[in-house]
Amino acid sequence: MKKVVFRTMVFALLASVAMIAGCKKEAPVEVAEVEKGPVVMNWNLNSDPKTIDPSLNGASDGGDVISNTFEGLVRERSGNVVPGVAKTWDVSEDGKVITFHLRESKWSDGSPLTANDFVYGWKHGIDPNTASEYGWIWHYTNVVNAEAANNGDVSLDEVGIRAIDDLTFEVTLSAPTDYFVSLSSFYHFRPLKQSVVEDPAGAEGAWAKDPKLAVSNGPYKLTSYTIGGGMTLEKNEYFWNVAKVGIDVINVKFIDQASTAYTAYQAGDFDFLNDVPPAEIPALIAENPEFYVYPLLGTYYYNFNMDLELWGDARVRRALAYGLDREKICEALARGNVPAAGFVPPGFPDDKGADFFETAGTYGLSTDSGSIEEARKLLAEAGYPDGEGFPSFTLMYNTSESHQMVAEMVQEMWKTNLGIECTLENQEWAVFQDTRKQGNYEVARGGWLTDFLDPMGLLAIFVDGNDYNDPNYNNADYNASMAKASSSYGSEHYKALYKAQDILMNDMPIVPVYHYTDYFLSSPKLKGWDRSMLGQIDFSTAYIQE
Amino acid sequence: MKQYIVRRLIYSLLTIILIATVTFFMMHSIPGGPFTRERPVPPEIMRVLNEKYHLDDPLWKQYVDYMKGLVTFDLGPSFSKIGTSVNDLILSGFPLTARVGGLAVLMIILLGIPVGIISALKQNQPIDYFVMFMATLGVTIPSFVIASLMIYFFAGKLGWIPPFGLSGPASYIGPVVALSGYSLSFVARLTRSSMLEVLRQDYVRTARANGLRTMSVIGKHAVKNALIPVVTYIGPTVAALMTGSFVVEKVFAIPGIGRYFVESVSNRDYTTIMGVTVLYAAFYVLMVFLVDMLYAVIDPRIRFEKETG
Repeated sequence: MKKVVFRTMVFALLASVAMIAGCKKEAPVEVAEVEKGPVVMNWNLNSDPKTIDPSLNGASDGGDVISNTFEGLVRERSGNVVPGVAKTWDVSEDGKVITFHLRESKWSDGSPLTANDFVYGWKHGIDPNTASEYGWIWHYTNVVNAEAANNGDVSLDEVGIRAIDDLTFEVTLSAPTDYFVSLSSFYHFRPLKQSVVEDPAGAEGAWAKDPKLAVSNGPYKLTSYTIGGGMTLEKNEYFWNVAKVGIDVINVKFIDQASTAYTAYQAGDFDFLNDVPPAEIPALIAENPEFYVYPLLGTYYYNFNMDLELWGDARVRRALAYGLDREKICEALARGNVPAAGFVPPGFPDDKGADFFETAGTYGLSTDSGSIEEARKLLAEAGYPDGEGFPSFTLMYNTSESHQMVAEMVQEMWKTNLGIECTLENQEWAVFQDTRKQGNYEVARGGWLTDFLDPMGLLAIFVDGNDYNDPNYNNADYNASMAKASSSYGSEHYKALYKAQDILMNDMPIVPVYHYTDYFLSSPKLKGWDRSMLGQIDFSTAYIQE
Repeated sequence: MKQYIVRRLIYSLLTIILIATVTFFMMHSIPGGPFTRERPVPPEIMRVLNEKYHLDDPLWKQYVDYMKGLVTFDLGPSFSKIGTSVNDLILSGFPLTARVGGLAVLMIILLGIPVGIISALKQNQPIDYFVMFMATLGVTIPSFVIASLMIYFFAGKLGWIPPFGLSGPASYIGPVVALSGYSLSFVARLTRSSMLEVLRQDYVRTARANGLRTMSVIGKHAVKNALIPVVTYIGPTVAALMTGSFVVEKVFAIPGIGRYFVESVSNRDYTTIMGVTVLYAAFYVLMVFLVDMLYAVIDPRIRFEKETG
């Protein structure tokens, strides 16, 4: 026996030696020794993106990479549209034809980039056979036949996108669309190099993650990729505006544990974080000038299931919406959120340049406890004084600590302010999606972010038949107003949108709670980066100042 | 013996097939799918996606196709990392997971067992109290607390270990301690109590009475028998540690495979769920098999051959 134990121990010892020998330090990236070393930036992107192929991507993590590896026709920087590959563009008198005049530029492999690469890239995204989860964006572009082609109803040749010559790209719209040019800055609308995308070794967007295949036209190009670990982006010497690119190498990591990334940031291992631990946010907002909070163009709300008799009376729905103290909820969340008294968040300028959010006002809904009296009155008028006789219902949300916290606060407020009881129920995310889609709920959490700079991006979801119309709201005036908005521009467009939100807030098929925020931590030495209104991170002009 | 091994191998294979089958059908029965989104995918795109991934085939056909793939070690394409196969996910993550897991197993064997033995021999002495105190802590403190504390103090405050990733010998300390903490403590306690029981047995007393030296009694008779329950516990633990931990890999940002056990389920990444489950099952079955073999060596009462004559 002794022998066996001894043998086991010796084996274990040998194995441990072998293993430790195997734990060799990974060789650091070899860089040529020049007088001044390369300028390196360390960035934690919270997760390993599902894909970084512009035509397939529909997520913000992939989008943040693409906005640095690819260049579109234009860039949107802090709300301003600036030229990208397009030097200039003109819009026809009727607003339906936009002609982009491209500059001469190259792919990261040195080959010339033409308007045809844009035609290919955009049509590849529309093509139903590409099966891009983000293909639905084309349903909102008003590009002639884009929606029909994405649905497989007409051929791609009939889509209103064409190259007039190598440097002229033309888009035809079915209706004038104010936001189209800024929308074209989004990560989906990129040129693609056909020979690379169609390389059999790079199928399903694999080319974009393969340094041997990846070809892009943005400020950086991919030079390494480790599944789940990270990637390296290096300055693309063929980028048209390369003189402005102040970073030579970006080391990207995919750390999803915010506290770990934050510790590393404090130790100087990172220059830029996309996320911080929630518990640190209040202190960071209060004290740290390196912490940036931005409005995120979206709203957190609850849906009433309008198919139920329970919610048949608009006064009851309004009472529940008025019966909340939204400021208290935002305070408890401590993320700098803005209480929502409407559905459209701050950040959308209207035709007069005024913020839609400000002009729309609060519909008599106080963001603190100021509307509770009004709520009680409405409830009494509906026949439920002090909530008496109103049946208890269930409020559903997908499992998450912060959703639970908000739901508990709402439950408590409805009980104390209105005398209305509800029970809470949480479901795992994917199960919840099914439940909500099938209308198996009484009140359910909802959240919506827009991907284009127009209040349409939010309000459109409550049009009858929209895939995300979870309350199953159907008001003919609202639908008509939204139809009007989508076929008009300028003052008429915004007039229709204001009217639509008026109708929505009068009917109250939802309880708006707050508007989202987005935040970053950026080391003081990292300068020149930008965040677009739509939330993409742009390091194309970033540099390090020691 | 040979016959026994062959029989066991067949049973092991059947077990793995059974686990794969049950997982396959359970996974498909839960609501939601790999293309469930907040913003629903347009119907035409959904149709193409289902066709691409053969989700439009009848379930039995999907099952047969998957099992056929499994036989040739083709685990299919991942749903949550498009363009990447599950084979690639596992091949890229497993070496890291196995390295951390392997070191954790060694810690348990090289530290847990000797410490347990010493503790038993020095019962009710300061060293025993100290070991048992540490072991109780190790069993009760969850790994994410150990991991977070290690990062906070040793990486953040003291800067002794890197806060994330596996980049050098020092970077293994955090993950290995966090991963092995529970099992190490448990093995120490188990070894101690099993050892104490054995030391009270008649044959130990007899051996002592026969004038054998203490070391010889312990080494030759006591330890061997005391290890039986320990080996039973360590077998499956090795399988669990070698396939990684969601918490430890997440906190230390190790791109291993441990995270897929949890993430693949919430993403309904069917092929990845199957891939990691089958891998774990294979490891588990293998370890149970090895443990059974080891019993024969340790415990003279266990024989696999029919007694002849």
